[in-house]
Amino acid sequence: MGGPVAPPPPGGLAGHLDGFVRAIRETGIPVGISQAVDAAEILTVVDLLDREQLRHGLAAVLLQRGNQRQIYDTLFDLWWPLGDRPVAVPEDGEGEGEAVTLDAPDSAGGEIDPSARLREELARLLAEGDEAELARFARRAVAMLGQTTPSPSGQSWFSYRVMRALSPDSLVSSLLEGLLAGGERGGMAEQVARGEVRERLRSFKDAVDTEVRRRQADERGRDRIAKSAVRPLADQIDFLRAQQGDLAELRRMVAPLARRLAVRLSARRRHGREGRLDFRKTVRASLATGGVPVVTHHRPRKIHKPELVVLCDISGSVAGFSHFTLMLTQALREHFSGVRAFAFVDSTDEVTRFFTPGADVADAIRRIGREADVVAFEGHSDYGNALEVFADRWPTVVGPKTSLIVLGDGRTNYRPPGLPVLADLVQRSRSAHWLNPEPRRLWGSGDSAALRYAEAIDMVECRNAAQLADFVTTL
Amino acid sequence: MPRPPTQLPQFSSVSDVAKRLSAAGYLTDKQIATTVFLADRLGKPLLVEGPAGTGKTELAKALAAATDSELIRLQCYEGLDEARALYEWNYKKQLLRIQASQAEGGADWDTVHDDIFGEEFLLSRPLLTAIRRTEPTVLLIDETDKADVEVEGLLLEVLSDFQVTIPELGTVVATRRPTVVLTSNATRELSEALKRRCLYLALDYPSAEREREIVLSRVPDLAPGLAEQLVRTIRALRALELKKSPSISETLDWAQTLLELGLDTLDEAAIGDTLGVVLKHASDQERAAAELRLN
Repeated sequence: MGGPVAPPPPGGLAGHLDGFVRAIRETGIPVGISQAVDAAEILTVVDLLDREQLRHGLAAVLLQRGNQRQIYDTLFDLWWPLGDRPVAVPEDGEGEGEAVTLDAPDSAGGEIDPSARLREELARLLAEGDEAELARFARRAVAMLGQTTPSPSGQSWFSYRVMRALSPDSLVSSLLEGLLAGGERGGMAEQVARGEVRERLRSFKDAVDTEVRRRQADERGRDRIAKSAVRPLADQIDFLRAQQGDLAELRRMVAPLARRLAVRLSARRRHGREGRLDFRKTVRASLATGGVPVVTHHRPRKIHKPELVVLCDISGSVAGFSHFTLMLTQALREHFSGVRAFAFVDSTDEVTRFFTPGADVADAIRRIGREADVVAFEGHSDYGNALEVFADRWPTVVGPKTSLIVLGDGRTNYRPPGLPVLADLVQRSRSAHWLNPEPRRLWGSGDSAALRYAEAIDMVECRNAAQLADFVTTL
Repeated sequence: MPRPPTQLPQFSSVSDVAKRLSAAGYLTDKQIATTVFLADRLGKPLLVEGPAGTGKTELAKALAAATDSELIRLQCYEGLDEARALYEWNYKKQLLRIQASQAEGGADWDTVHDDIFGEEFLLSRPLLTAIRRTEPTVLLIDETDKADVEVEGLLLEVLSDFQVTIPELGTVVATRRPTVVLTSNATRELSEALKRRCLYLALDYPSAEREREIVLSRVPDLAPGLAEQLVRTIRALRALELKKSPSISETLDWAQTLLELGLDTLDEAAIGDTLGVVLKHASDQERAAAELRLN
C-alpha cells in the first residue's frame, strides 16, 4: 500500500501520528487514507493527557477487526510510551508515590540485592491481582533488573533477565495456596484458581515485555523493535507452518467459516424466497377481494438437501494442513448432516464415523491415524491410487446433488495423478473445488501435479484462514 | 463531500458517557465509553462487533435510554431486502384503490396515479422511519453480518448521506441525524467500505472486575462473595476450548439461577446441577466436567 502523498512533517503530533499509522500499515493491517484523516480528527476530540482515551480512540478508527487489537496495542505502547522521567508521570492518572522514587534510572546499582525484595512484592501483587498495580511493578522491575552490558547488536534490555531474577513461575504453588485459602486441593476450586494464576502470570509477563520493548526502542530505534515485536495475525498463519499454539486459534476461526460454507453450499442458487406461483390458490384467494389477486400464493420450494463429500490428503507432507482440513470437516459435520469425509494417503478410506458431532478433533485425528485404512503400501501419498480406490469402492457417493471438496497439495511423488478419474468425479458432481495449501507459485514445481489437476477442477490456493474465508465468500 | 445533517453532541465527556450509561443500567469500561463518546462527537455510526451475548444490543438500548431517544431496530437476516429495510409501496391497498376508482366510474389516470403514490400508501420500514423522525433517535441495525452483501451497499448509501430517494415522492433528507449503532457477530467479514465509515468497537468478554460489577448491578440480591466465585468460575470455563463460551448474559442467568435455588456457595455439586444454564452443548458440559474435575 502506498503511503499518503503529503510529506510527513519532521516533528509534531501530526508527524508522529503519521509514523504510527505507517507502522500499523506495515504489519498488514489495512489503514486507508480516510482512516488516517479520521485518526487526526480523533486527536482533536479526545483528552490527550488521558493515554487510555487516546489508545481506544485511535483504535476505533484504525482497526477493523478484533484480532488486530494485540498488534495495535504493542505498537501503541511503542509509539505513545509512558514517560520514564521521574517527575512527570501524569499519564498514569491515579497517584503513585512509590513509582516516582523507584523508577529512577540506574537504580540497579544502588541496592544490594533488589531481586529478593522485588520477588516478595511480586508475590503479594500477584495474589492481589490488581492489573494496574502489576503493570507499574513490571516497569520498575525492568528498570532494576532488565539491563545488562550491551550485546553485539547494541541491545542491552532483556525480559529474560527479569524473569530469571524473579522466577514468577516458582511462585505458583504459594499463590494457589493463597487463592484457595485453605480449601482442599484437587477439586474444581483448584482448577479455577490455577487458571487465574496462569492468567495473572501472563499479564505480568506481557507487562514486562512491553516495558522491555519500550526501553529497547529508546536504544535502537522504534522501527526496528516494532518489526520484530509483532506476530502475524492469526488468520495469516500458514497452515503448513502452524504451531501447536496456533491450532487452538485456528480452530476457533474455522467453526464460523464452516457454518458459512455449509450455508453457501446448501443454498447456492437462491431464486427469491418463494417457489412457483400456485395459480389455483391465488385465484381462490382473489375471490375475497373482488377477483383482484391481491395476495399471491406460492408453492413451497422443494427443500434442497445437499450432500458434501470431503476428500482429504492426510499424508505427512501436509500434516499441518490436514490437521486443519479435518478440523474443517469436523466443523462441517456439525452443521451439515449430509457430509461424508474420506481421507487418503496412498489408499482411501471413509472417515465419517470418526466425526460424530461433538467429538474432539484431536482425538478423531489420532483415531484416524490408528484405525482408518488409508495406507496401502508405504505411506507416501499416491493420488492416482487414492482416487481410483475412492471411485471404485464408493461409486455412488458422488452424484448430481453432491458438492465435492478435495483438500491436498497435489504432490504425487511422481506417480500417476489419476486425472481421468478426477475429471469423471468432477463431471458427475454438482460442484467441485480443490483447496491447495501451497502457494500458487509452487504449483507444478517438482512432483506437484497441481496445475494439471487445476485444468480438471477449480483449484483454489488456501494457505491460511483469510484465504479460506475468501473462498467461502466467493463461492 | 456534503456533510450530513448535524446534531448537537449529546455527551460532554468520556466520563459523562460512562455515568449516563451506567444510570441506564449499562456498565461501561474505558474502551466502550471512549468509543461511544467519539461516535457521538464525530457523528459516525458505531460498529460493535463481538461474540454473542456480550451486550452489543444492550449497549444500543442503554444509549437510547441515556439520551432520551427512541430506539428503532432493524433486525438483519439472510434475504433482507430494500422493501423490508427501507420502504415499500402497499400494493394491496393500491390495487384496492384502483378497483374502487373503477367502480366509482373511473377517475382519470393522473389523479389515480398521484393518489396511489402518496404518503398513505407508503409503508415506512426502519431505515426510512429513522431518517424521517424529528425527535432524537437511536437506529440499531442488529446482526449486520447476517444480511446479504447487497444490503451493505444500501446501508452505505443511507448512512453516509442520511437521505433516501423515493422516485415517486422525491428525496427525503434527515432533519435530525439519528445515532446509528450496527452490531455484528463477525460470522462474516463486513465490507471494507462499510467498516471505514464506522467507528469500530470490538466487544469481548469483560474483565473480571467489570463482570462482577455487572452481575451485582443486574442481580443485586446476590451475595458479593458468591458473585466473585461465579465470575471466577465463568472465566475458567472461558479459558477452556468450548464450542460456545459462556457470555455475559449466561453469567447473569447463572447468577439468577443460583439465587432462585437459594444456593450460597458454588461448589462442585452446585455447578454440576446448574451447568446447563451456562453450557448448552452436551460436549461442552462433558469437557468442562472433565477439565474442572467436577466429579
